[in-house]
Amino acid sequence: MKFIITFFTVLLLTASALYAENYPSGKAILDAIDRNMTSENRIIVSKMVIHGRRGTRTIRSKTWSEGETEAFTEYLSPAREKGIKMLKSGDMLWTYSPNTDRTIRISGHMLRQSVMGSDLSYEDMMEDPELSRHYKAAVTGKETIDGRPCWIVELTATTPAIAYQSRKLWTDRERNVPLKQELFAKSGKLLKRLELKDVAQIEGRWFPKRMIFKDMLKKGKGTEFIIENIRFDQEIPRHIFSKAALRK
Amino acid sequence: MIALKLAYRNLVGAGLRTWLNVGVLSFIYVLIIWHQGLFNGMYPQTSRFVIREEIAGGQYWHKNYDPFDPLAVEDSHGIIPSRLRALVRENRAAPILIRQGTIYPQGRIQPVLLKGIDPRQTVLDIPIAKLLTDSDTLPIMAGYLMAQKNGFEVGDVLTIRWRDTNGTYDAADGEIVEIMHTRVPTIDMGQLWIPLDRLQQMALLPDEATLIVAGRDIQEPLNLPEWPFKGQDFLLKDITDMIKAKRVGGFFLYAILLFLALLAVFDTQVLAVFRRRKEIGTLMALGMVRSGVIAVFTIEGALHGILAVGMAALYGIPILLFSAYKGIPIPSSAEGYGLAFPVRLFPVYSAWLVGGTILIIMLAVTIVSYLPSRKITGMKPTEVLR
Repeated sequence: MKFIITFFTVLLLTASALYAENYPSGKAILDAIDRNMTSENRIIVSKMVIHGRRGTRTIRSKTWSEGETEAFTEYLSPAREKGIKMLKSGDMLWTYSPNTDRTIRISGHMLRQSVMGSDLSYEDMMEDPELSRHYKAAVTGKETIDGRPCWIVELTATTPAIAYQSRKLWTDRERNVPLKQELFAKSGKLLKRLELKDVAQIEGRWFPKRMIFKDMLKKGKGTEFIIENIRFDQEIPRHIFSKAALRK
Repeated sequence: MIALKLAYRNLVGAGLRTWLNVGVLSFIYVLIIWHQGLFNGMYPQTSRFVIREEIAGGQYWHKNYDPFDPLAVEDSHGIIPSRLRALVRENRAAPILIRQGTIYPQGRIQPVLLKGIDPRQTVLDIPIAKLLTDSDTLPIMAGYLMAQKNGFEVGDVLTIRWRDTNGTYDAADGEIVEIMHTRVPTIDMGQLWIPLDRLQQMALLPDEATLIVAGRDIQEPLNLPEWPFKGQDFLLKDITDMIKAKRVGGFFLYAILLFLALLAVFDTQVLAVFRRRKEIGTLMALGMVRSGVIAVFTIEGALHGILAVGMAALYGIPILLFSAYKGIPIPSSAEGYGLAFPVRLFPVYSAWLVGGTILIIMLAVTIVSYLPSRKITGMKPTEVLR
């Protein structure tokens, strides 16, 4: 009997050791993702392809962003949206429309509305947390996505003031890029799914050039973000992130 | 007396011209009395609904609460003060917690206000008993307009997404257990009602509320600096302001119609003075003083107004009584105006309204009848009889 107990204990410890060897720590993965994806600032020219009920619309924009809290977006086309600007500063969001020449603060229930009919709400636009700061992570499995081997990482919030209580990431094991993300409500209900595709090396980082954002509670095919150009750690003048820049 | 007799005889003798003027004036009498009667009836009838279903004896608002400021909603909540909690226990006050959320009717994203109310409360007369359930599924009551707009029916399951007080998203499925037939759009459009304790749990705000509705038996409101009291006068101000604005709009219409009618009387008087110069001259030659002749013509004009009262009474009283008895059906499209219109609006005619309308129109008709008659003072009998 003593032998059997010893045998199973050794077996269990060996299995745990093997498991630990195969699955890296969640924190290490999050740190690696943050190192790869996070930059001091970035300037992106992108296309947002909105698949709506009445067809597909494409909106081009240029975004300057710094850290988690500052972002300025100017819409470049189509003509109807051209000149619309959006400023995120801390937990506030303003939008400027050249047609009315007015700056409006997006607040309250307006934050929950869709941005130009996309699957993103204004609130979603304001969420871009550094994962390792807000979540504890555990690797729970392996899977292959688009031919790339991935770790499945489950994230649970460590800070109360975070939009999504839990997330699930499928992270490229070599490139440290999440290829798929699922965002959950506190109740465990799946709210959003983000697929990141066309990963390419840009300025020494692996970065997805196409993202498909899907609100899982809403009907439709989701919204695509296609990055045409991205530059990291540039000189961005501070005045860009001011309300005055909206009218320029 | 002779002036009155003469005036009446001349007026009736003018035939169709007189009756056209009288008809138009009588229409204006009826229209003004009916229209103003509607407004008189509107305030008590709409405010009765609002008091019964929304404001009761008044409301204690959290100091940050402003129903017109969407920015304020998320920060407008606080622990219910102990003095008010005692009233809540006695069912003399009903706390309501308001939070913002999102629903997905037919797969579309739509922001809503989630209102939490205790299903046992009796302060407000709304059908919330069905929110009292032991089921794990969140029970939801929607207003009729909200249900109609989104195609909700009892038994439908809705996904609601909201943020707790920390800003973390949460979502749950809820079941529509009641469609509330209310005439008060401010407790209907863009909102869903759920049990207070469930919303407090969902938002992580135990024992908190956004506003507390005081019972109708409230005598003296409590003085709570964090929860200022808003009385019925304040809460019904929107209705009084809107009715006042509509009344003013109505006055413009009356002024235009009255102007047209008075113009007709004025023209009639000018024509009469011109065509009946010989008659004027004869009256003066027979010894009638000028002021007497002017009085004949002025009374003649003013009699239009008196005859119009008689004609208006003839067809107007049945119409006015019928609409006061049966009421005016209000189409559901009128609910978009934001007023709590009843299904039928009953006009209320006061003696002041009827008397005042007659007096004002009579005065105006008399003035416009007098103005052309003044020409008579310059007439010489020898010239006009030539």
